[in-house]
Amino acid sequence: MNIITRRNTLALGAGALAAAALPGAGYSAIPVANVEPPKMEIEKGATLRVLRPTKFVDPDETIWRQSTDKFVKATGVPVRVDFIGWEDLRPQTAVAARTGAGPDIVVGWPDDPHLYTDKILDLSELADYLGRKYGGWYFLAEKYAQKWGTKTWIAIPMGGSSGPCVYRESWVKAAGFDKIPNDLEQFLKLCQALQKINHPVGFALGNAVGDANAYCNWLLWAHGGYMVDDDGKVTLNRKQTIDALKYAKEMYPTMISGTLGWGDPSNNKAFIAGDISLTSNGVSIYYALKNDPKMAEVAADTNHAHMPAGLVGKPPESALILNAMVFKHTKFPNAAQQYLRFMMEQEQYEPWLTGCIGYWAQPLKAYAQAAVWTSDPKIAVYKDSCANEFWNGYKGPITAASGAATADYVNVHMFAAVASGSATPEDAAAEAEKRAQRYYKS
Amino acid sequence: MDVAAPALILRRRPEAGRLARLFDNKTFLICACLTPAIGLLVVFLAYPLGLGVWLAFTDTQIGGGGEYVGIENFVSLAHDPVFLKTVFQTIFYTAVATAGKFALGLWLALLLNHALPFSSIIRAIILLPWIVPTVLSAIAFWWIYDPQFSIISYVLVDRLHLLAHNIDFLGTPWHARFSLIAANIWRGIPFVAISLLAGLQTISPSLYEAAMLDGASPWQRFRFVTAPMLMPILAVVLTFSVLFTFSDFQLVYAITRGGPFDTTQLMATLAFQRGIPGGQLGEGAAIAVAMIPFLVASTLFSYFALSRRKWQQGEANE
Repeated sequence: MNIITRRNTLALGAGALAAAALPGAGYSAIPVANVEPPKMEIEKGATLRVLRPTKFVDPDETIWRQSTDKFVKATGVPVRVDFIGWEDLRPQTAVAARTGAGPDIVVGWPDDPHLYTDKILDLSELADYLGRKYGGWYFLAEKYAQKWGTKTWIAIPMGGSSGPCVYRESWVKAAGFDKIPNDLEQFLKLCQALQKINHPVGFALGNAVGDANAYCNWLLWAHGGYMVDDDGKVTLNRKQTIDALKYAKEMYPTMISGTLGWGDPSNNKAFIAGDISLTSNGVSIYYALKNDPKMAEVAADTNHAHMPAGLVGKPPESALILNAMVFKHTKFPNAAQQYLRFMMEQEQYEPWLTGCIGYWAQPLKAYAQAAVWTSDPKIAVYKDSCANEFWNGYKGPITAASGAATADYVNVHMFAAVASGSATPEDAAAEAEKRAQRYYKS
Repeated sequence: MDVAAPALILRRRPEAGRLARLFDNKTFLICACLTPAIGLLVVFLAYPLGLGVWLAFTDTQIGGGGEYVGIENFVSLAHDPVFLKTVFQTIFYTAVATAGKFALGLWLALLLNHALPFSSIIRAIILLPWIVPTVLSAIAFWWIYDPQFSIISYVLVDRLHLLAHNIDFLGTPWHARFSLIAANIWRGIPFVAISLLAGLQTISPSLYEAAMLDGASPWQRFRFVTAPMLMPILAVVLTFSVLFTFSDFQLVYAITRGGPFDTTQLMATLAFQRGIPGGQLGEGAAIAVAMIPFLVASTLFSYFALSRRKWQQGEANE
């Protein structure tokens, strides 16, 4: 037993040594502090099962698997990684949590750890180590990884995907603008001008988890609105919300028809086909254009910018955080944490970050120096995704209630109902407040 | 010898073992044969159903336990406009889609019942929509109904120039509802048509001959021979079709997710949305349980319709 443990430890040490040699080769600009890794001896006979969402861009999976293989070689711990559909991850995490069996690690969605706080491990030691070594965690990473109101880390954020503005430069120029204005009135004028030159904009208003929530949250936040206050009291039926709704009603005629029925992939398809000039999305649109030689011209004409800050002075965007948690039911908590540490270390993390060309932005500040962010200036806007200071259910606590209100599209339906003209802003805000109160009852 | 032989047999029988005797016992045999089936039913049907009903009376959330809260979930749902809208939509969806499936399915069955060349190949082709996995056909319809890339819009706008704009299939509530109903009808027709065709073929041709000798018109033949003879199977098919349609999930989930603003939400999709992505297991279970009365009602309808055996003889009920 001792022999095996020692060998494992040695192997880890050797791996770390080999890895430490690489930065010496001068291929990376990541500033790394010299911090002693937490002493977590890998358990004898450990095996790990990891669940994570399926790739959106190919390198996400291939590089992740390569890094995992490296971990297996270095430690002798067999690791099985399952990439599963985004929609299926939630139910599978729930089953693992309720039955106390299945995967040891789930790399899940931002809210998930907050639903299972008493079923997952305290990862504070690991988070502290990574934070000190890599220049600290970004705001949103910390927000989503710490148990609400405490400094306890219940998750290790691994990446964040935000949805800034994606637009066609030449058409925005033709509409008389040099760049995406930061002011709401000007932004509306831009959209109206784009519509006039037959290049309408398009934002999802259907039941699209990612895109519709991103757009409607932006509308609300940019006008100084928020769904709940710090104490978890619903604050939707306010002037700021009504203003946002009126603005949304003016935005709607500038959009291509059919956005009320749009799902998450719809704006990607419409943008790539050249049917819309502007939308909000992750880097996936640009990635698809860039990788298709036939679309080179469109890719060259595509650029990104933050959505207008409106009245709040900072980009009113959130990010989808890839939040890794370790279940208490695992028999190998140390192996699980070592795996997460291994994946977050520069030798593994930087190639992955680069390979995803900005799809998952880093939660640790040091990685902002990664070459990927200078390799293509057009994706620079994604760099600070995890620095966004808004989250689902802003400003309230991240709880089951915030997750439920988002899943029930409370905010999206409020905007969709007003945009389509089936409700007045006042009625829609009052109804949405009631719907949100169903979840934020206590 | 004559006397001894039976005695020997009698003596030998107990030697054959208690097991054999046990299996001779009718009660035991019945129990033994039923156990696997009952076990499967209990584990895979009764237990989940019971658990679902129990969850509906708790405030369970996906992450943790819950407590018994009585009918609180149902009271809260009764005051939830989204839920009430969903119940209306589910009933509407079921009623219109079932009517459509039966009208077209019966028509198709009557056509197929004529002696056609290659009739068995045609019948096989007709089953295709039913054989294709629902999710695949749903994705096909998702493309057909796409606001920008719909093939229907493409033909009407870009090829035939009949319309100036693309049809917004999924972007307005009523368009979206009827688009989903059309997809459901397309999918459901084969089941109805093939079942009714089977029913039609059991009707003896002599009945039609007799009717023709009496000078009955085609409509009268349909009204007084086909329709009554088809009633029993129609009742069964109708029940199944209502059950399938009422609990439909995949089409709506794959095409609209219940959007725009929950106007195409069905009870099954709302139960999932609130229970799993929303994490409110108790409430999701309550929505699913609220479907049970509707499903029981339609099953009872079938039971009573079926018990009227006289339909099969084409006589009036007493």
